[in-house]
Amino acid sequence: MTAIEAASADLSSAQHERARRLALLARASRDELEAAWAALPVQPSVTALRGPETGLVMLRGRMGGDGAPFNLGEATVSRASVRLGDGSVGHGQRLGGDRQAARLSAIFDALAEGGDRVAVDALCAAIAARVEADAAREAAETAATRVNFFTLVRGED
Amino acid sequence: MYVAVKGGESAIENAHRLLADRRRGDRSLPAITEAQIVEQLSLSVDRVMAEASLYDPGLAALAIRQARGDMIEAIFILRAYRTTLPRLAVSRPVDTAAMRIERRISATYKDLPGGQLLGPTFDYTHRLIDPALVGEPDVPEAAVAEVTGEPVMRVADILAHESLIELEPRVDAEPGDITREPTEFPMPRAERLQSLARGDEGFLLALAYSTQRGYGRSHPFVGEIRIGLVEVEIDVPELGFAVSLGEIRLTECQMVNQFKGSAEKPPQFTRGYGLVFGQSERKAMAMSLCDRALRAAEYGEDITAPAQDEEFVISHCDNVQATGFVEHLKLPHYVDFQAELGLVRRLRANYDAARAAEPEDDSFEEAAQ
Amino acid sequence: MDASTSLTGGFADPVFAAQSVFRAVMDCMARPGTIGTIGSEATAPGALGAAQAAIALTLCDADTPVWFADTLASPALSAWLAFHTGASVAPDPTTAKFAFLGLGGVPHPDFPIGTQDYPDRSATVVIEVSGFEAGEPFTLSGPGIAGTQPLSVAGLFPDFRTFWQANRAEFPRGIDLILTAGTRLVALPRSVRILD
Repeated sequence: MTAIEAASADLSSAQHERARRLALLARASRDELEAAWAALPVQPSVTALRGPETGLVMLRGRMGGDGAPFNLGEATVSRASVRLGDGSVGHGQRLGGDRQAARLSAIFDALAEGGDRVAVDALCAAIAARVEADAAREAAETAATRVNFFTLVRGED
Repeated sequence: MYVAVKGGESAIENAHRLLADRRRGDRSLPAITEAQIVEQLSLSVDRVMAEASLYDPGLAALAIRQARGDMIEAIFILRAYRTTLPRLAVSRPVDTAAMRIERRISATYKDLPGGQLLGPTFDYTHRLIDPALVGEPDVPEAAVAEVTGEPVMRVADILAHESLIELEPRVDAEPGDITREPTEFPMPRAERLQSLARGDEGFLLALAYSTQRGYGRSHPFVGEIRIGLVEVEIDVPELGFAVSLGEIRLTECQMVNQFKGSAEKPPQFTRGYGLVFGQSERKAMAMSLCDRALRAAEYGEDITAPAQDEEFVISHCDNVQATGFVEHLKLPHYVDFQAELGLVRRLRANYDAARAAEPEDDSFEEAAQ
Repeated sequence: MDASTSLTGGFADPVFAAQSVFRAVMDCMARPGTIGTIGSEATAPGALGAAQAAIALTLCDADTPVWFADTLASPALSAWLAFHTGASVAPDPTTAKFAFLGLGGVPHPDFPIGTQDYPDRSATVVIEVSGFEAGEPFTLSGPGIAGTQPLSVAGLFPDFRTFWQANRAEFPRGIDLILTAGTRLVALPRSVRILD
C-alpha cells in the first residue's frame, strides 16, 4: 500500500490515519461493507448531508509523465456524506457508480470519527489484507514475465 | 424550405424490437453478462472507455452489449451518458512513476532498472487461430516469481542524467479542457493530448504509420511502454486533504525521437507522449507518435505531412463527431434532394438546348474542313 | 471550518428542489419583471437570502466561480458553497460566473460582460432587495414582455437606471440580473429596457 501511504504525506497523524482509512474504504467491495454493516452490534441512525450521488472526476496526467498537467478523461465517482445520531460526520467517495457502497463507506468513516473504532478497524484491516494479497500476487505474476537476457555471442572481430 | 412530415412510428418501433431480438440472438444460448464482458473482452472494454473518455468498466461493458459489439456505437452511447453526470472534482495528476506495473518494456535499453516485464502481451504469440480455446478449456494459473522490489525507473530519467533529452517543464498551469471550451487553433499541447487520448485508435494508428513511411518522419524509438494501475486522488475541501478514490489502469508510452537541433535548441532527443485508459498499447504508441508529429512547429520543423497538421488531426480524430456527421447523410434529405434535382434538371435542359444548337455549327465546321 | 453550518442547509431533496428552483428562475428570466417564488428551502451561513441560497445550490457548480460581496463573504459560506455545489469562490470579480450581493449591493464594474463572439461568458448577478411592493416604480419592455411590464423595487442601489442603461448599451454583452427578496425573485436579463 505504498501509494496510499505516499498519498497522505505532510498530514497530521489524525489526518494521515483518516486518509488511509478512506483509501481502504474506497477499495472495499460492496459485500465487505454490507457484511460489516450487518455485523454492527448497534446500527447508528444516519442522516444524509449530501448524496449519495454519482458524478464525474476529471482525471489528469502529466505531459511526458512528469511535466505540465493535462486532462486525460473522466471517470465515474460516487460519494456520500452522512451525520450519525451522535453528531459525527463521515465522508465516502470511490470510483464507479456504487452509491450504496459510498454511503456505507461514509457511515464507517463517521463511526471511526465518533470514536467507535473496533468495527471500523477490523473492517479496514480485512480490506488491507485482501488488497495487499492481491497486489502481491499480481506483482509476482508480473515478475515471472521478466526477461533475463544472456549473451550468446559478442561480435568484436 | 422546411417540410415537417410524420409517419413511420410503427416501423421504428418494430425496428427497435427487431434490434432487441437480434441482439439477444439464439435464445437457446445463455445471454452474456456485463461481468463476462469486463473479464473476458477486457481490451474491448478498455477501448470503449478510452474513446468515450469515461473510465467505468461496467458501463463500458453494458454499452458494448447494447451496441451488439459495434465499438463506435458503444463509444457513442458511453460518451453521451457522460454528459448526463455532473463533474464533482478534478483529480491530482496521476503519478505514472508510482504505477503498480503490469507490463513494462523498453526498446532503447536492454538492461534497465526494474527490468523488461512482458506482462500479459500478445507479442511472441504465434498469431495463429487456436482451436484449443473452443469450448471451456482449463486455463492454468499464471506463473509467479519472486518480486525483486527494484524500482522501475523511467527511461526518460536515465537519458536526463546526460542532459540528452528535452525536459518536460514541471509547471502547474491549469490545463484547458476541450469538453468545456470551444476548439480553437493553434491549440495548446495539453488540449491536443486530451483530444488524442480519446481519439479514434484506427485514425491515430494510420497517422502514426504515415509518419514512419516518410510523411513527417521523426526517427522514433520506444523509450518505454508501461501498463499498470495508478492511484486516483482528489482534494476534498471539507476534509482539507487529498483522498484516494481507488485505482485505474493506464497505458503510458514514452516515444524518444532524434532531433538534430535548431537555432534555439541543442541536438538532443525529443519526446512524444501517449497516455490512454486501460491496456491499450497500440493506441498509446500511435498517440505518442502523433503528439511528436504535432510538435513540429515547436522545433522549427517544416510542416509538410498530414500528421503534423494540427487542425487536420484534431478536427478528425474524434470518432463520435466523425460518425455523427458521416451517418447523418442517411437521414431524410428529401427536400434538399428535390431542390438539387430541380437544379440538375434545369442545367441539363440548358445543356441539351446548347448541344442542340451546336451540332449544326460543328457539322458546318466539319464541312468547311 | 465550522462543520455545523457548512455541511447542512442543502436541499432536502436535491434533484426535485433544483428542478423546481430552476423552473422558477427560468420562468422569471422568460418573463422579465414578473415575481416568482422559491418553494424549496435552503439555508446558507450568514446573510445570504433564502432565494439566493436556493439559486446558488441550483445554478452553481464546479465550472462556475462565485463572487460574494464583502457583506456576505465568510469562510463558512465558501465552505458551504464548496460542499453543496462544488463551486469555488472567484479569486477576483473578473472571473465570476455568478455574483451574490446583499441589500443595496452594487455590481462590481469588473464583472465579466462576455465578448462579442461569446456573450454568454458573462456574470449573472443576484442582488437582495427589500421588496417588490412599495419602492421605486419601473416600466419594463423587451423580449418576453407583451407591451410593457410594471415593476416596483424597494432597496435597490441608487442610480440603478443609469447603471442599467449602460449595461443595455453593451448588448449583446452585459450582465444578467436577478433581484431577490426573501423567497421571492424577479429577473432582469440584459435584453430588458427600462422605459421610465
